[in-house]
Amino acid sequence: MGAIAVLLLIVLIGLILFLLAIIGIYNALVQLRNQADNAWSQIDVQLKRRHDLIPNLVETAKGYMKHERETFEKITEARSQAMGAKNVADAAKAENALTGALSKFMLVVENYPDLKANQNFLALQETLTSTENKIAFARQAYNDQVLLYNNKTQMFPSNIIAGMFGFRKRDSFEIGEAAQRETPKVSF
Amino acid sequence: MWQQIHINKRNSILLLLSMGLVLAALGYIIAAAIGGSPEAGWLGILIASAIWLIMTLVSFTSGDQILLASSRAAPVTPEVHPQLFNIVEEMKIAAGLPKMPKIYIINDPAPNAFATGRNPQNASVAVTAGLLTRLNRDELQGVIAHEVSHIVHRDILFVTLAGVLLGSVVLISQVFLRGMVYSSMSARRYSSRGSSRGGGGQALLMLLAVLLAILAPLFTQLLYFALSRRREYLADAGAARLTRYPEGLASALEKIAQQDIPMESANQVTAPMYIANPLRGKKYLNLYSTHPPIEQRIRILRNMSQGASLADYEQFYRSVTHKAGMIPQSALSKETVSIRPPSTEKTDPSSLNQIRAMGDLMRKVNGFKFLTCPCGVILKIPPNFPTGKAQCPHCGHVLSVS
Repeated sequence: MGAIAVLLLIVLIGLILFLLAIIGIYNALVQLRNQADNAWSQIDVQLKRRHDLIPNLVETAKGYMKHERETFEKITEARSQAMGAKNVADAAKAENALTGALSKFMLVVENYPDLKANQNFLALQETLTSTENKIAFARQAYNDQVLLYNNKTQMFPSNIIAGMFGFRKRDSFEIGEAAQRETPKVSF
Repeated sequence: MWQQIHINKRNSILLLLSMGLVLAALGYIIAAAIGGSPEAGWLGILIASAIWLIMTLVSFTSGDQILLASSRAAPVTPEVHPQLFNIVEEMKIAAGLPKMPKIYIINDPAPNAFATGRNPQNASVAVTAGLLTRLNRDELQGVIAHEVSHIVHRDILFVTLAGVLLGSVVLISQVFLRGMVYSSMSARRYSSRGSSRGGGGQALLMLLAVLLAILAPLFTQLLYFALSRRREYLADAGAARLTRYPEGLASALEKIAQQDIPMESANQVTAPMYIANPLRGKKYLNLYSTHPPIEQRIRILRNMSQGASLADYEQFYRSVTHKAGMIPQSALSKETVSIRPPSTEKTDPSSLNQIRAMGDLMRKVNGFKFLTCPCGVILKIPPNFPTGKAQCPHCGHVLSVS
């Protein structure tokens, strides 16, 4: 009688510990997934900030750069394409085109000392540089989070819980890495 | 993965415990010596704990404010230095901090920086005016990434806790030793009293207490500094990984090392918080160094040409310092972290412009207003300027100060 009661107690305690472990792993997975979602939304915030910045930048620079209509047209076009993109793949492509157009613009600016002396433009240039960096760092942070999350969904024992509750592997943000590394060509 | 690094958590806890033991032992021996019995020693531990508890509570509620105020750091708005705010936000995004750290500028020409707070939600970053005017964008990013790494690694909490323990030990030792000097002076006057009770046992205890009161602060400081050196390396590794550009921090450290101006507002307790030792003079590595030799830190970062992951840092940490590994194996995941190209903006201002920029920055921190006259002259109006109008000394145009 006593022995059975002790055995039952041990089983019960074991069961409770097991359940607690499952709850712990589940919560960790949810937390990681939310962090990845949050990192993803950060990218969107920064992209939106870049869209808002461009008209201002073009307006300030236009007066100084009379012979660079083509550059401005490319930027404006890439911006409207990026803003009108319907799905993620299109958006990624358009945003990369915009990044390319902007970095080309920054190189062209070097030929206009008057513009570079304009305080207003210098402030805009710093904001643009920072926004570009923020986009890159937001992607980096998203990839870091996805790596953490994916590791958790694939490693034992959390992979069992992940399979049971449908925590799927996520893709990291790799699109356009190649396009970014390509240095923009400038014709003089 | 670096979010997983609860770097040296065990070491830190051991260290804090041993500092706590020193504090308890100090309290016990002093009280036993004064009271003349081992029972009084327990009361001593109680008093020491109470002092520690009060100091910890104070430092948890307003420790960062006290530190920032004693370092003469002033809170600033983004208009004072937009680039600094941008870079801090970039690093906040890269590190995934839940909240933007509060930003302070210290009006000091020596280039340096530190982070404080008790957790990532309540963190502050302070940089000197000298740092802001000497570094270019990539370098400043490296320094901010180093400070943000301290925040992510919870070093700011550790430094607060260890600093409080160190402070308690120093406080109790000082009070006891000074009390000894006074009481021995008065004891000489009333020499007939006091020698009758206690005897040899108490004299021995007294000797022990004096010895401990002298040695304990030194010993606790050694413990404190040993771990703060390691934390500097770890923050460097974190900064390289965050920015994907080790050269930025390396070249910032090089510029900081070139400057030999000691910081006026730094002291022994706050020194380990800074990115580079603010109290120059003794550059050789000894037990009392709060920071690893800056040349070694630069060399490790410069060697990282293949990648910016923690594993890359670890590899060159071993080859440069000839020491065993620093980052635990579990934290070194197989990841390739490629290095990004430097930013296009690389204008290093000339030294004369630097001095001028530093003066302007300090004025902005102090609340000066900058007005541009239509003739091109910039008027710098102090915050206590009496009238609402200022006349341009060049063209006579009257500007309104609002």
